[in-house]
Amino acid sequence: MSDSKKMTIIATKGTFDWAFPPFIIASTGVAMDKKVTIFFTFYGLNLLLKDTSKLRVSPLGNPGMPMKLPFGPEWLQKIDFGPKIPNIFWSLPFTEYLATYLMKKTMKKNGVATLDELRSMCQEFDVKFIACEMTVDLFGYTKDDFIDGVEFAGAATYFDECDGSNHNLYM
Amino acid sequence: MADETLDASGLNCPLPILKTKKALSKMDTGKILDVISTDAGSVKDIEAFCNQTGNKLISTVEESGKYIFTIEKA
Repeated sequence: MSDSKKMTIIATKGTFDWAFPPFIIASTGVAMDKKVTIFFTFYGLNLLLKDTSKLRVSPLGNPGMPMKLPFGPEWLQKIDFGPKIPNIFWSLPFTEYLATYLMKKTMKKNGVATLDELRSMCQEFDVKFIACEMTVDLFGYTKDDFIDGVEFAGAATYFDECDGSNHNLYM
Repeated sequence: MADETLDASGLNCPLPILKTKKALSKMDTGKILDVISTDAGSVKDIEAFCNQTGNKLISTVEESGKYIFTIEKA
């Protein structure tokens, strides 16, 4: 029988920006009375690391990303530098540090939750975190690299989790 | 008169919903929660939240850029 009160997410992206959607949708899902499981695989494993401070957003090959300053005079903040700066510029060293710094600053200004805040909220709400065992081994992680409360399993376990679930999202 | 008030001013999606959920979970059925939010998206979101969770949205009031939602815990 299908159970509309169940949701699963497969999280595959490991950049700072893409770390947000799985945790936002998962925590909101629990708030909406759903039982939620996230299966982290490949680069998505980054989202479970104890230290998320190394996650970066890259403007390289990311032409959809608006580039607005979170400080300065109002007229300056309105300018979107994204389409104005040639993409080759972003292949210079340290540009991702700059982009990550600016994105964090903008998020703080807009009252967006921090990554660690959203992740702890998910854990407090009993979202089940499953790390893909195969990719944990493939990338040479040890279980100590990850936060407490993570289960380690494979694709078959994911199928068991999404049995009877109405929302199965790939992110 | 509300039994509890939650001030979610300055917070953006999904924090107003998550904090509303947490506040309601500590309350008894029939009690009234006022949520104050500055996030325009929460007008639709609080309505959807109440639809899905069975809590009753009694009123939504807008006052100089602030939204006040009155919710009865189910």
